[in-house]
Amino acid sequence: MRRKVTKTDPGFDEKVWTQLAEMGLLGLPFAEEHGGAGAGPVEVAIVAEEIGRVLAPEPFVEAVVLAGGLINRVGSDAQKSELLTALSEGSSIPTFAHTEIGSRWTPTASAVTATEAGDSWTLSGVKEPVPHGARADVLVVSAALPGGGTGLFVVNGDASGLTRSGYRNIDGTRSANVRFDSTPAAPLGEGGDQTDAIERALAVGRIAYSNEAVGAMDTALRTTVEYLKTRKQFGVTLNKFQALNFRAADMYMSLELARSIALWATVVEMTGGDVVSAGDRARLLTSRAGRHIGKDAIQLHGGIGVTAEYKVGHYTARLTAIDHLLGDGDFAADRLAAKVGDYPTVDPLGAPYA
Amino acid sequence: MQLQLSPEMQAFREEMRTFFTTQVPKEIRDKGANRHHPTKDDFVTTQRILNAAGLAVPHWPVEYGGRDWTPLQRHIYREEMQLAHVPEPLAFNTSMIGPVLAQFGSQEQKDRFLAKTANLDIWWCQGFSEPDAGSDLAGLRTVAVQDGDEWVVNGQKTWTTMGQHADWIFCLARTDPTAEKKQRGISMLVFPMDTPGVTLRPIELLDGGFEVNEVFFEDVRVPSENLIGEVNKGWDQAKFLLGNERVGIARVGGTKGMLALAKELARETTYNGRPLLEDPRYASRIAEIENELVALELTALRVVANSADGKPHPASSVLKLKGSVLQQEVTELIVDIAGPLSVASFAEEGSDVPDWARVSAPEYLNYRKVSIYGGSNEVQRVIISGTILGL
Ligand SMILES: Cc1cc2nc3c(=O)[nH]c(=O)nc-3n(C[C@H](O)[C@H](O)[C@H](O)COP(=O)(O)OP(=O)(O)OC[C@H]3O[C@@H](n4cnc5c(N)ncnc54)[C@H](O)[C@@H]3O)c2cc1C
Repeated sequence: MRRKVTKTDPGFDEKVWTQLAEMGLLGLPFAEEHGGAGAGPVEVAIVAEEIGRVLAPEPFVEAVVLAGGLINRVGSDAQKSELLTALSEGSSIPTFAHTEIGSRWTPTASAVTATEAGDSWTLSGVKEPVPHGARADVLVVSAALPGGGTGLFVVNGDASGLTRSGYRNIDGTRSANVRFDSTPAAPLGEGGDQTDAIERALAVGRIAYSNEAVGAMDTALRTTVEYLKTRKQFGVTLNKFQALNFRAADMYMSLELARSIALWATVVEMTGGDVVSAGDRARLLTSRAGRHIGKDAIQLHGGIGVTAEYKVGHYTARLTAIDHLLGDGDFAADRLAAKVGDYPTVDPLGAPYA
Repeated sequence: MQLQLSPEMQAFREEMRTFFTTQVPKEIRDKGANRHHPTKDDFVTTQRILNAAGLAVPHWPVEYGGRDWTPLQRHIYREEMQLAHVPEPLAFNTSMIGPVLAQFGSQEQKDRFLAKTANLDIWWCQGFSEPDAGSDLAGLRTVAVQDGDEWVVNGQKTWTTMGQHADWIFCLARTDPTAEKKQRGISMLVFPMDTPGVTLRPIELLDGGFEVNEVFFEDVRVPSENLIGEVNKGWDQAKFLLGNERVGIARVGGTKGMLALAKELARETTYNGRPLLEDPRYASRIAEIENELVALELTALRVVANSADGKPHPASSVLKLKGSVLQQEVTELIVDIAGPLSVASFAEEGSDVPDWARVSAPEYLNYRKVSIYGGSNEVQRVIISGTILGL
């Protein structure tokens, strides 16, 4: 089913997207006045985990958490009611166009620049890879400002001077090369430097991806355990080999540690704590756990694990993508490492969740 | 064991290097350097160039094209070939069925097959594994029943690498279902892939490629003269063949080449203005892999120097185990260097993502296979703990 859906554009099921809208999931974290459900990070985390658990190709984190989250935090009231209502209803899908070819995971922009002429703005340059960037109806774009700093702009999918070339990612989802050539754009909210807001949005995205990854790891482990119980070699099921059972036990350990830190980071976000370092902690641990579980889930399956015809390898592919979209484990470790000298111990229960 | 090359061996290495980098077309080697799979034609072209120069099957008996080289020479040859990104002579031909035919085949079979096998006039595939016989190869269920002077084969093989290109298959089938031990009643049969009753279904792998297949046999009639060796003694040939399969499985040269590429990419890729190669984390990760690779190369040399009468040195299991892990670590390193660009695997025209970054994640996922095939890394541990350590 998923294989079929991800083979053709837009790489997910539009009907499922509409159903998610009908269930109120696309407006989950937004205020009711903007068409949302007024729920919080915990509810978002639950949905992200379910998305991961069934490997749904629908761009929930990308559209709702990343793009929607930025609009919600930075946008003007008018932008919020227009864009978030449309997102919640399922009639318009936004994306956050931020990554540039040479930027890796910096919160700033440089390849796309913003130019002001009179009281209107245009953007020029290239963003890539932009999540579901060819399908998106509206783009929230980061761009270098004339006076320094990184601003955020809203660009309509049908704007002039916009060229989008989409393609399939390693995990079946879609990305695009998005080219701006004096493309009209409206500042998101007040305008000005939004580097902090971007840093925060990326952190919230990391937390959401951690929850999605936990769901994916959970299924990868369950699938592996089930396989060990049923696959026979040498006249016995594989779970007669303790060496393999121990490997599954180690996967379980990785999963539960990742689950704890993803949950904790979600609560930090909910209570208004330091989401940036919580995001790094969650990213570091889910990166390590995702690699461990993703690799061993394939290994313990043997040959069938590397095929596209069996599900487990697709979980590894998604975990690999998640691991590189907003920063990998080493990236997060470096950021945490830069600060370890500043405090004697970490108290995850202490307010304000630093 | 010699740890420094004599002047003669240095000259030999130079000769190999020059040959590989000047006689094998650059466009074919560039594909390898850029992490793309060689095509069928690339394999055929290369193997014929090597064969014409006596470099396709140096490890075969001299009368069939072998060179009577020392283990060190074979090592240098293989190493230089991998470093030059030359598609290696097809393993199914040169390391598997060729040596089996030379050792167990009748004179008629040798005359019929060996020259064509060396020259890749016949492309062979390996029909060993079955859906229910992977690590437990002797659990295979494909049967061959004698009918006059023919064998009638029924059953299914799977994971048949490049079966879609193959002219012939060498295959293990159960010829005595009543044998007491399951290893006993097995024979090795060879037949053309276009024999009536043979069908092939490609299997898509995670990288989107089709390098393996399922192969089905329905009343496939195989002449008796196509049985290799003795009836019901196929397991001996299989063991002999799998022993050869493990030679060169460390793939030191190939991993070295990938690591050199990774260094180049880490030099070109910057983060916050600094090349990744100058990032202590990347630099030490590369140094760790490189150092283990040095140790692996030396271990490979110790193993080749000490393998007597075709019996591999016990440490050969280490080569497969560590060699596969290092290959996987380098593919992972390259994905990490690509960072967010690594997701763009199937980017097309209109994308600015460089080609090496596009292929990085598919290759990483595809390389999960190297710790599964050729005796999985768990099976290698069973061998080390049981056969070597006596546990
Ligand atoms: C890309 C690819 C190409 C291949 N090409 C060919 C080919 O051309 N021809 C061919 O004949 N075969 C080929 N193979 C098949 C390969 O040899 C088998 O995949 C391999 O033997 C493992 O068998 P399996 O996949 O059935 O896994 P299983 O044997 O089912 O193993 C599943 C898991 O159990 C573990 N395990 C099994 N037994 C034990 C044990 N006793 N103790 C501890 N752990 C154990 C394994 O290590 C693995 O982790 C190929 C495989 C792949 C993936």
